[in-house]
Amino acid sequence: MNGSDPAARIDIQSAPAERKAAPRTRRLAGDFLFHKAAVFAAFLAAAALFATVAAIAYDSRQAIETFGVWRFLKSSEWNPVTQTFGALSFIVGTLVSSAIAMILAVPLSFGTAVFITEIAPFWIKKPIAGAIELLAGIPSIVYGLWGLLVFAPVFAQIEPWVNQYLGAIPGIGLLFQGPPMGIGMLTAGIILAIMILPYISSIMRDVFLIVPSSLRESAYAMGCTTWEVAWHITLPYTRSAVVGGMFLGLGRALGETMAVTFVIGNSNTLSASLLMPSATIPSVLANEFTEATTKLYVSSLIYLGLVLIAVTLVVRFLAVLLIRHLQRGEGAST
Amino acid sequence: MNRMSKGRTRRLLWGAGFTLTLVFVCAVTAFAANSITGAGSTWVYPLVAKWSSAYEAKTGIQVNYQSIGSGGGIAQIKAGTVAFGASDMPLTPDALKAAGLIQFPTAVAGEDLIYHLPGIGPEKLILSGPVVADIYLGKIKMWNDPAIRKLNPGLNLPNMYITVVHRSDGSGTTFTFCDYLSKMSPEWKEKVGESTSVAWPTGVGGKGNEGVAAFVQRITGSIGYVEYAYILENHLSDARLINRDGKIVSPTLQGFQDASAHVDWATAQDFYVILPDQPGSDTWPISGCTWQILRKNASKESNEEVMKFFLWGFQHGQDMARSISFGPLPPSTVQAIRAYWKSELGYSL
Repeated sequence: MNGSDPAARIDIQSAPAERKAAPRTRRLAGDFLFHKAAVFAAFLAAAALFATVAAIAYDSRQAIETFGVWRFLKSSEWNPVTQTFGALSFIVGTLVSSAIAMILAVPLSFGTAVFITEIAPFWIKKPIAGAIELLAGIPSIVYGLWGLLVFAPVFAQIEPWVNQYLGAIPGIGLLFQGPPMGIGMLTAGIILAIMILPYISSIMRDVFLIVPSSLRESAYAMGCTTWEVAWHITLPYTRSAVVGGMFLGLGRALGETMAVTFVIGNSNTLSASLLMPSATIPSVLANEFTEATTKLYVSSLIYLGLVLIAVTLVVRFLAVLLIRHLQRGEGAST
Repeated sequence: MNRMSKGRTRRLLWGAGFTLTLVFVCAVTAFAANSITGAGSTWVYPLVAKWSSAYEAKTGIQVNYQSIGSGGGIAQIKAGTVAFGASDMPLTPDALKAAGLIQFPTAVAGEDLIYHLPGIGPEKLILSGPVVADIYLGKIKMWNDPAIRKLNPGLNLPNMYITVVHRSDGSGTTFTFCDYLSKMSPEWKEKVGESTSVAWPTGVGGKGNEGVAAFVQRITGSIGYVEYAYILENHLSDARLINRDGKIVSPTLQGFQDASAHVDWATAQDFYVILPDQPGSDTWPISGCTWQILRKNASKESNEEVMKFFLWGFQHGQDMARSISFGPLPPSTVQAIRAYWKSELGYSL
């Protein structure tokens, strides 16, 4: 009945019923199983997400009852001896280290993507692209080791310069004052930038290649420089995908644990300077979870995990809003 | 596929899955039957590792020890997931009673401060307790501070920031160190206190003794505290301290044992003794002990296996302990431990 009408919508639900009219073959049962398996997998993924958030919220209820929401978020005191816990220094640490990573990685990724798509000679495109992809494959703990053993001593040589010149600028100088330890918030931000660079740059590169040649070539024909083509033609065309890639990198930076734990210095106190040691939510969880001695301590750590989930969800939500807004602008231009 | 073969395939799969699970469970149980599990302090890990390999060679019983830190050891024995928990921080008699646990000491050892200063080698720097407390409070910020210079008149201390290194994870080493600082500085006791994990006023946190040693080795002008075995193994620059009697001492096994000799193990309830800052002319001020914790309501077999292992270590493992600078307990203390087992558990060895 449905097969005879070409205008009828192909309805998945009626497909088995349709095919029952045909002779039974092994494919029927296989297709049925596959359909059910796909539904089950999707359901499992969604259920896993809800179950995780629910379990974390349930385990942090003791800390929520003791500290409430605002007091926990506003307090920077993390004292296992007096059993007072507050999340502020870790929230600030997570956000600042991710912000430094984004400030450093996004321009670098943009430059890399433009180089690979526009500027590089043909024979160098693939090797450079391959090298950037390899950066994504390096395990994060290896980044941590490299950061601690190789980068930090080198950075400790540069830090006195930073302290002396940037630290002397009135106002923002406070951000750059501190003893030259080589580790700290700034080092963690730099390592994170190197880690998220491949994600952002590969997405940028993929979408830059999709820009129609007619657009770019007409721009070149009118006398635009490479920079003008990249900034005024390529980037506006691919805005939403680029922002999507940036949020992908940001999501990675927010949750990165081992690399940050090695180089951030693990100090639970808030300090204004980027050169001083600090801590992020993932790093304090990695350090203190196995040894938390009291129930309130464990519950507070889980509460920190809940805060991190909330931060990640808020960032994702903002990303979706921003991309949707940008996409609305894109369609109208063509 | 017709109905008959579909049913047969399903039965085959179920049968295979069930058999595999059964085999796996049997293998795991058979393996577990001949082993004891313990977890806790990283401080005592070198000693337990040495004792357990010799014990397994002798009796065939494997001791499976996870060095997850004293806090982890306490948590796991309370949860009953291990046969014994090792902790460098003793539980108070009230805490023990509330959780249904007993504890007994294993060995004494010590910790020391390590530093990284250009041109100043091991055991050249002399510090005192109050000065260390002020450094860790952040009150003394530079190496050429008058307080440090007064203790080291002959040394050329540089005009450099002191980078303080502490532990980022919970640790019994931290507990012993903070207990020492609390005794040396009333301000430390009030502001920070002592526990396996504290709110450090300043400094950088390294993970484990290894993390602290790594930071100190890499950062010029840094100071940290580690367990003495790490100093021996890695040839780190350790400091000399002024002990309670006013003498300048170096960390030695004799110094740790002198500290333990001044403590009356037999009368301390549940062996709750704190070793830092004991009197004696050669006593090392930051000495510590490490305890094993057992559950009262664990099975007799499980507790007896643990007791057998440690008694073997007390009686036959003394030289092994000394070789890695752990001070074995005197025989009188071992007798007191056996009497304690009898009185607390009802049975002993």
